[in-house]
Amino acid sequence: MPPIISVSNLSKTYGSGFKALNGINLDIVSGEIFALLGPNGAGKTTLISIICGIANLSQGRVTVGGHDINTDYRAARSLIGLVPQELHTDAFESVWATVSFSRGLFGKPKNPAHIEKVLKDLSLWDKKDNKIVTLSGGMKRRVMIAKALSHEPQILFLDEPTAGVDVELRKGMWEVVRTLQASGVTIILTTHYIEEAEEMADRIGVINKGEIILVEDKAGLMQKLGKKQLKLYLQNKVEAIPADLAAYNLELSEDGREVIFNYDTKGERTGITSLLSDLRSAGIRISDLDTTQSSLEDIFVSLVRAP
Amino acid sequence: MNFHAIRAIYLFEMARTWRTLLQSIVSPVVSTSLYFVVFGAAIGSRITSVEGVSYGTFIVPGLVMLSVLTQSIANASFGIYFPKFVGTIYELLSAPISYFEIVLGYVGAAATKSIILGLIILATAGLFVPLQIHHPIWMLTFLVLTAVTFSLFGFIIGIWADGFEKLQMIPMLVVTPLTFLGGSFYSVNMLPSGWRTITLLNPVVYLISGFRWSFYEIADVSVTLSLGMTVGFLVVCMTIVWWIFKTGYRLKN
Repeated sequence: MPPIISVSNLSKTYGSGFKALNGINLDIVSGEIFALLGPNGAGKTTLISIICGIANLSQGRVTVGGHDINTDYRAARSLIGLVPQELHTDAFESVWATVSFSRGLFGKPKNPAHIEKVLKDLSLWDKKDNKIVTLSGGMKRRVMIAKALSHEPQILFLDEPTAGVDVELRKGMWEVVRTLQASGVTIILTTHYIEEAEEMADRIGVINKGEIILVEDKAGLMQKLGKKQLKLYLQNKVEAIPADLAAYNLELSEDGREVIFNYDTKGERTGITSLLSDLRSAGIRISDLDTTQSSLEDIFVSLVRAP
Repeated sequence: MNFHAIRAIYLFEMARTWRTLLQSIVSPVVSTSLYFVVFGAAIGSRITSVEGVSYGTFIVPGLVMLSVLTQSIANASFGIYFPKFVGTIYELLSAPISYFEIVLGYVGAAATKSIILGLIILATAGLFVPLQIHHPIWMLTFLVLTAVTFSLFGFIIGIWADGFEKLQMIPMLVVTPLTFLGGSFYSVNMLPSGWRTITLLNPVVYLISGFRWSFYEIADVSVTLSLGMTVGFLVVCMTIVWWIFKTGYRLKN
């Protein structure tokens, strides 16, 4: 199946000479949730803005549903719903009016039943006649999502959808996103919260300094880069790791009561059994143990920090 | 053509008008009535007729034009500036809508509003002075052309402005003086010849002259010239708008 969004060799240089994007190549598969991760200023919002028609590209080509975003912008943009990062809303219109306005703007005939469904799904139905200015930040965020969904898009861009949103609402939003995916909508979200990508995404792309440095299945990424750590709590304080155990590259904590062993889950032999028996031979007794898997966050930090 | 989008923008902008009815309609009507009281009744009673028309009656077309010009600019500039200011412009830029359609929605609504306003002021004037309109079709033509042209001009200002100060600057410093000096309250022929020549550089003179001709068949310059200048200014504004959208000036970075 051809990708629903195809970005090829995309570059963007701002008037100031700042190169925000540099030779981006990216394909988004229909129906997936794609998380775009990157530090502040990496180019996430610029990339989204170009795909959605808010910023001009400097070089390269972008197609949405096979339609070029410049030469066939009507067809391309009709497929997209955008929820930008900032809370840009009208103030004095009612929720109902602003969501209906969005539907019209995207060239769709009136459909009160659909607007009603969207508002109900986002728990905004009882606020439909309220002026937007009277709503809380979390509700405004949902109004923006409702606007983006008003014209039944096939692709939904969520730029930092849960920034500044409380935990409960964040979970609620994830629920909405999952329901949308189930109905066949392709979702691209950018986020600072790795937890969010880890929770939601099928695939993850990491962007840094205007370049895509990695695109991978979430599971594959976790497995490929995921390290496991075994932490051993010792019964008695140890001054130094015995020389016999040097091959394990153990780390000893400052108080001499904990030993950390890094191992690879993919390796045929993790070395845990032999480590335990060697420790025993060395007379080191263990009171407890603990294993942890590196999170996407650790992976991300190590990727972005790499030169 | 994305008719749904044009309709959505148009209705959205018109809704803003109804919501701010006091500011949109009532205040211009009140200020125009004040002009009638001050210039028409108080001062006008001491001025004999101008070119065969009583002074109070003479100033009616100029007053209507004054309101139509300033309101067209104010409506259209605010209409497009505000989404830029609060950020909702993102939606307009990401919608499957052509620039022509955006302009049609915004300028159409701004012009509609100022035409309605012009007609209300005309009706208000009818309460103060006897009115006659010799060429109603031409009167409407000039009214519509002026409303559209200056709504386009306002749209350009709204795109260009990057602060509320700039939004006010052109109407305050350029349009209001040009309107006052453009023969709203006097006939250009009343001026000494040197000043008359300078005044003819003011585009508003042609608008008011043509408009006044459609009422009383008296004009400072020929009607054809008035029409030509109005259409000329319309074309200039359309060209600038076309350029703005072609380059993304102040809209897309």
